[in-house]
Amino acid sequence: MDLAGVIAIEMVYSVAMLVLISAGLAVVFGMMRVINLAHGEFMMMGGYATIVSVHAGINIYIAMLIVAPLVVGIIGLIVERLVIRYLYGRLIDTMLATWGLSLFFIGAATMIFGNTTTGISPPISGFALGDFQVNGYNLFIVLVAAVILIAMFAALSLTRFGLIARGTMQRPDMASALGYDPDRIYMLTFFAGSALSGLAGGILAPLVGLVPTTGATYIAKAFITVISGGASVIAGLASAATLFGLISQSFTFLFSPVVGEVALLVAAVVLLRLLPQGITGRFFRGGM
Amino acid sequence: MVAASELRSALTVLVIAAILFIVAPAVIETYTLTVLIIYGMLALSLGLIWGFGGILCFGQAAFFGLGAYTYAISAINIGESTVPFVLGIAVPAAFAFILGAMLFYGRLSDVYLGVITLVVTLIFFKFMNSTAGPEYVIGNARLGGFNGIPGFQTLNVPGDPGSYIYDVDYYWFCVVAILIVYALVRWLLASPFGRIAVAIRENETRVELMGYDVRIRKTVLFSIGGGIAGLSGTLFANWAEIVTPGMFSLAQSAEIIIWCIVGGLGTLVGPVIGAMALAYLKFLLGQQSLVDNMMLLGLILTLSVLFLPRGIVPSLGTLLARAMPKRRRKRQHHRRPRRDAEESRGEVLDG
Repeated sequence: MDLAGVIAIEMVYSVAMLVLISAGLAVVFGMMRVINLAHGEFMMMGGYATIVSVHAGINIYIAMLIVAPLVVGIIGLIVERLVIRYLYGRLIDTMLATWGLSLFFIGAATMIFGNTTTGISPPISGFALGDFQVNGYNLFIVLVAAVILIAMFAALSLTRFGLIARGTMQRPDMASALGYDPDRIYMLTFFAGSALSGLAGGILAPLVGLVPTTGATYIAKAFITVISGGASVIAGLASAATLFGLISQSFTFLFSPVVGEVALLVAAVVLLRLLPQGITGRFFRGGM
Repeated sequence: MVAASELRSALTVLVIAAILFIVAPAVIETYTLTVLIIYGMLALSLGLIWGFGGILCFGQAAFFGLGAYTYAISAINIGESTVPFVLGIAVPAAFAFILGAMLFYGRLSDVYLGVITLVVTLIFFKFMNSTAGPEYVIGNARLGGFNGIPGFQTLNVPGDPGSYIYDVDYYWFCVVAILIVYALVRWLLASPFGRIAVAIRENETRVELMGYDVRIRKTVLFSIGGGIAGLSGTLFANWAEIVTPGMFSLAQSAEIIIWCIVGGLGTLVGPVIGAMALAYLKFLLGQQSLVDNMMLLGLILTLSVLFLPRGIVPSLGTLLARAMPKRRRKRQHHRRPRRDAEESRGEVLDG
């Protein structure tokens, strides 16, 4: 019984992890058709922002939930103004340019922080579930992932800005005719996406030792989750994360973590072969 | 007439390249030059399938690494280099054929193609990294996990395992190899197969309506690219005398794409020049520690996407053509892939 509980928690946790690491990318890709390959590095910078501010004596929750998203959001804003805005509508070129940015940020972080592992300890201690020890911080991550999904849904469907943003993504010319500047909307959406990446990076900072190349471990998974999710931002993200999270965690339990990772990748290849438009290209069409 | 001018321009490039390769050892060590040539060949493989076939493969490193591993494993088991050398080309080509068939017969669009090739590379990378244990053995060869496979039989004169081809001889071997590959690829592109490949890049639907089977043609082209990448992997294994999972890494895949972009898509010389120049730049930067060289490579990629979207060689070609309006420029300068077309196909995602 305890084992079943632990397995259930681990399953939910691995789904939540995928939601967390893919959310920023999903917003930018789903809303703007821009694939930001520097997403992993945005998360890495969120992590460094958190660690630096914790060392400077700021409360860890403020560092994770406020400082990291703000810092990375602002970096994202600069990147959008300098690079991305010239490349809208050119999918392949944006991928290449952001890949360049990703290498640039890795290099810059290596110069500033050195090629060494830094880290902070998780602020929530573990607790016992029967004979098993459960990491309390994992539950916090599940909570944050759920909040992110709900907040994204609320922001897009309930607020005025969400409405304008969705309208602009569908028909920029019409939005512009109605007096909303698409350029500004794109800028703000990219800011929001970057801030989400920063938030993810900040929250994961206590879990993993941070090195400048940390981002590479996330980008592939995030990329796969978002692409497999398909056109709808939230439904796609949630369904793809659930599917891949369950698959990889099941194989991790049955065999080993490496088999789990490989199973995730194989599942993605098979899924895309069967559903070339992603999950929401076939199911939940027209959702958000 | 077309064939004659095509032949002339190919011969000109070959002669100029041969002269440069003969002069180059006076300036740069042959050991470094050898690896530059190998990278050049690797870039050529992507330049062929991306620039002429319109297939953006994010995982060309998979075939590069697969070629190297195939060579290393079979060289340990066989102890003579001729058969492993052939396998080092054939296995990646066969693998690319199977993968390509899966992708193109599924009619996946560009973005998904990119994702899947990237994922396949990652699977190799993860798997090879996890094979440190003694249970991962193929014949006599231990896969060695993160440490890779050292100490295999390197290239020897066919039939005589004792006489190795190394150092300066190996440099000439690689020079001849890249010239042959270049000539073969030029021939391929001048053939009906190559012309239809370019037509598919320009407008897939139209070619299909004319009755050509686009799927098998793309698959074969992809497989040829895989074979060339495998050859360069085999050559790399012989140069480095060790193969490691790093050959499958994302950074390696990124670099190949950077070489093609910077050098110029839609030409064959462009990617080779891009690869050799950037790899040499990286080598020079590696000798100083003031600026991280990854940062500079990233900057180069981003800036060239923004300001030099056609790459160095085509841009130079245009400049030259403008400076000397009378002279007819080489045909290949006019062959530029329509990247816009790729993007409009990416829009299918919206569905």
